[in-house]
Amino acid sequence: MLKVNNIEVVYSDVILVLRGVSLSVESGQIVALLGANGAGKTTTLKAITGLLRTQQGKVTRGSIELEGRRIDRLSPDGIVRLGVAQVFEARRLFSHLTVEENLLTGMLFRPESLRSPAVRNDLEQVYHFFPRLKDLRRRTAGYLSGGEQQMVAIGRALMARPRLMLLDEPSLGLAPLLVQEIFEIIQRINAESGVSMLLVEQNAAVALQIAHHAYVMETGRIVLDGPAGQLMENADIKEFYLGLTQLGERKSYRDVKHYRRRKRWLG
Amino acid sequence: MNWPLVPQQVMTGILNGGTIALIALGIVLIFKASEVYNFAHGHLVMLGAFLTWWFAGAEERGGELFNLPLWAATLAAVAMAMLLGLAIERFILRPMTGQPVLAIILVTLGLAQFIEGGASILFGAQPKSNFPTPFSPSDVIRIPFPGAFNDTIILKQSLVASFLVAAVASALFILFFQYTKTGLAMRATAENHDVAQGVGIRVSRIFALSWAIAGVIATVGGVLLATVTGVSLNMATVVLIAFPAVLLGGLESFAGAIVGGLIVGLSQALVQASRNIEVRNSAEIVPYILLLIILIVRPEGLFGQKRIERI
Repeated sequence: MLKVNNIEVVYSDVILVLRGVSLSVESGQIVALLGANGAGKTTTLKAITGLLRTQQGKVTRGSIELEGRRIDRLSPDGIVRLGVAQVFEARRLFSHLTVEENLLTGMLFRPESLRSPAVRNDLEQVYHFFPRLKDLRRRTAGYLSGGEQQMVAIGRALMARPRLMLLDEPSLGLAPLLVQEIFEIIQRINAESGVSMLLVEQNAAVALQIAHHAYVMETGRIVLDGPAGQLMENADIKEFYLGLTQLGERKSYRDVKHYRRRKRWLG
Repeated sequence: MNWPLVPQQVMTGILNGGTIALIALGIVLIFKASEVYNFAHGHLVMLGAFLTWWFAGAEERGGELFNLPLWAATLAAVAMAMLLGLAIERFILRPMTGQPVLAIILVTLGLAQFIEGGASILFGAQPKSNFPTPFSPSDVIRIPFPGAFNDTIILKQSLVASFLVAAVASALFILFFQYTKTGLAMRATAENHDVAQGVGIRVSRIFALSWAIAGVIATVGGVLLATVTGVSLNMATVVLIAFPAVLLGGLESFAGAIVGGLIVGLSQALVQASRNIEVRNSAEIVPYILLLIILIVRPEGLFGQKRIERI
């Protein structure tokens, strides 16, 4: 489905942010991209969606292919038209529009009219995954709670009828219970509609629960990858991302000497 | 206050306000789409009126190329204005993308001078009194109204007609924005260019369309103004009246622009009902005084968008 081949990204012609990132998303899969702040996860997403260019970033090496077709030179709206929809970091809704209008903005590039049966049907589909949005559909989006806004953001991406959905930190700023709820729905959407997903997350525990495959990024490169189940058992992941000791217990900060293993990754 | 004149002035003020509202709408449209206050809008209004006058074959020197009836001349001028709007976006504003907003605003000031110069070369600097209006100044409607001067309100037909056209145009405009797909794309783009691009909206196309529509409603406004006052280069100063209307209502609100236009028209007309000549002469600054008071109470204007901030 999506293949990112060894890309390098430079901002403002001097700042090297990605240093050879490769990853692939197979059809129908959820692939998680994990890593700490500043690892380059969002930059990788922006390279895929073409939004790098509006921020003076450039893919200087490597290629990005969607189903065998190179997309790293297309405009952002051209990439959306190919079936790549994105859920922005921190939701980024159109806060003065209503919930339903926000959802509809997701289909504006499609040829159907706003009131066509196909679009009504897609709206119903979104309300099927997020029943709460149906009651809120005439409300101004900016006044919703964080969790509701996240639902609208995911719904807006669904309205594009995407083949690949990019989710940028859907857990950001949400209470743990809500994170659980949102991730279960993401998993259901993947299972029921078969859309492939690239999920960027800092919260490795929830992401690994629903992902099929995962990559771990650090300082602009991929340092680890494998099936999600396998990564969950990995000692480094447990220690750095899940906060557990080898025995599976929560450890105290006093025992953390992660610089030893970390050294190996950075090398 | 000359009380018997008040009902008369209220009606005249509201009717005048209709055209001001339509012109204010064009300014709000551009501001919403690109956060640029278009100082050239009044000049687009003036140019639209001149183009209509020219297409209607009202050239004094006898060298007219066209001799269209008013409605056809208006349509032709509207088409020209639409093209002009597209050209302004493509050749003047798009190269300025990424520049500070202040620089772009100053570019619109330059554009205003350019249009004024161009119009005076093409059409001559003299005011034209022969705008082909279907109404003569003596065509009036008399409405019986007890308590008014002579118990009647007298309204110029041209004023009533221009109000009706402005009302219909504004209504169409707002329906378009609220209920069509393109309207929704324009509203989304107005809120956030990056996200709009990210959901697949062609933002540059939306800008071009905004300028085309602004050109169209400026021309309609120009024709309405011309049927009441005639055509002259001075018509561009209508922006000075539209300015308080736009700010009164809140820069980003169409409803605000309409209400603002009506308030400005009304306040100017009511001042004319005063017995004091000094007060009557201050008609032009009254909307600004009102503006000052309203902005002190509501800094975002009457209908302006409050910044939605979640904490």
